[in-house]
Amino acid sequence: MPKKKPSHSYCLGIESTADDFGAAVVSFDGKVLSNANDAYLPKEGGIHPREAARHHAEVSEKVLAEAFETASVKPREISLVAFSQGPGLGPCLRTGATAARALASYLAVPLVGVNHCVGHIEIGKLATGAVDPVTLYVSGGNTIVSAFEAGKYRIFGETLDIAMGNCLDVFARAVGLQQRKGAPFGAVVEELARKGKKFVSLPYTVKGMDLSFSGLHTAAVNAFESNKGTVEDICYSLQEVAFSMLTEVTERALAHTQKPEVLLTGGVAANKKLQSMLKVVADEHGARFCVVPLKLAADNGAMIAWAGILAYNSGISTPIEKSFVNVKWRLEEVYAPWVEAK
Amino acid sequence: MRLGWRQNSVVLIKKGAEASLYLETWHDRKVIMKRRLPKKYRIPELDNMIRSQRTTHEPHIMHKAKEAGVPTPTILMVDVADANIVMEFVEGKQVKEVLDAVSKEERLSLCRLIGKMIGRLHKNGIIHGDLTTSNMILTPYGKVVFVDFGLSERSVELEPKGVDLHLMKRTLNSTHYKHAKECFKAIMDGYAESVGEKETKQVTAKIREIEKRGRYVADRE
Repeated sequence: MPKKKPSHSYCLGIESTADDFGAAVVSFDGKVLSNANDAYLPKEGGIHPREAARHHAEVSEKVLAEAFETASVKPREISLVAFSQGPGLGPCLRTGATAARALASYLAVPLVGVNHCVGHIEIGKLATGAVDPVTLYVSGGNTIVSAFEAGKYRIFGETLDIAMGNCLDVFARAVGLQQRKGAPFGAVVEELARKGKKFVSLPYTVKGMDLSFSGLHTAAVNAFESNKGTVEDICYSLQEVAFSMLTEVTERALAHTQKPEVLLTGGVAANKKLQSMLKVVADEHGARFCVVPLKLAADNGAMIAWAGILAYNSGISTPIEKSFVNVKWRLEEVYAPWVEAK
Repeated sequence: MRLGWRQNSVVLIKKGAEASLYLETWHDRKVIMKRRLPKKYRIPELDNMIRSQRTTHEPHIMHKAKEAGVPTPTILMVDVADANIVMEFVEGKQVKEVLDAVSKEERLSLCRLIGKMIGRLHKNGIIHGDLTTSNMILTPYGKVVFVDFGLSERSVELEPKGVDLHLMKRTLNSTHYKHAKECFKAIMDGYAESVGEKETKQVTAKIREIEKRGRYVADRE
């Protein structure tokens, strides 16, 4: 066992997989002292990787300064730098990785590359006290049902094409909805869905344990364009179908693994409708339902810092010469010895 | 319950996440009733649609399997509105129970037969979706009846065929580990009898690729 660090050790976590640039200071005993963030908002369309990376480079100094300031921790007091090493958009990842490498070598502290998906799971566990959950991780870039089994977070089901959040985003954009700071497309769709009355039939695609959302997205846009219902009705129907798919696969994983908890994490975890559906299933199986708090749901630096601490405490670090980003780094490729160390 | 159900001998034999199986007596016959119970988390419009679609799909694909020369239980009644399927109770033993108990010769010929049947399914564009030894029943007459087409789909692509057989291989490795290697080889020999050497080579390469992907590692039975 590695020596346990005293609680006044701090880790700086840097997150930059997609549109968010985040930096956070987390103490080794699991307190989130700061969680600064600046999101790239495209003027039109989706995330342009190069433009997002440019944004990250521009705001990095400001966001890092804010993270240190809010935490009242000086850079010199940091004993570990963690960064999001993948999966994600290459240019964005590289921007965060460059900042992390520079800081780690300047401060002469170890560097640890964190798998972004592991970050979402671990911060959810930290915030909710879940120990061994079936996790539904849903965001703009990922849709994964996983559970810990023999050293790794195993994937039980996942999307075969686009992610859940991506489906909502692309649909919202296609029907002319606007996102605002603090109210991303997912939240806008959720608001409208609450006013929906009529259910419009849309394709429900579960293949074994896997999911597909691209056909659903197209059908929803077509339903809107051919006036099958109001935009509220389509939002309502889209959510009902998509979330039922997610819930069905989560239930299968839960029935198979018999885990004691269900954890909902990632940006789409903020959706109340999805929360309520998963809760029904968790209750039926006698599992505790846990949902990541709103401020830790979307991509953030704190989750990277915390996952970095867990990895570092079990003897994992990433030498700078091996700190290349890995845009297709799969969740189940990551050994997670800290989970069994408990 | 309708249509002359006798409720006196209803036994729940399998409770799945998606459907439950009951052993019942129906018109003096021993039958299996597969029920897809409503899911509370889904709105009724959607729930009814999904359950009735699957209740229609499953017997249909079982019928297609029979056409392909693969024994499946006889369907006695399909109640789409209530999402119930009544089918023949197949007398025999699950392959899971017999595979390790019989002689090497019998085991290999059983595996060849299983492989031949899987080959017939795939050749006819049927992906079983849950090829485990508990979903195959060896009858006293030496036939292997394939059951539980709940996760099945129609496809002629290589990927789902590979996934199908990969699950078979995994089941052998986890449940019948003593004989897993020889059993899987015999299955692939039987498979080649149905689909030919060329296709078998492609599928075998696909299985290897899926293994390397490291996905589907977590065992699901």
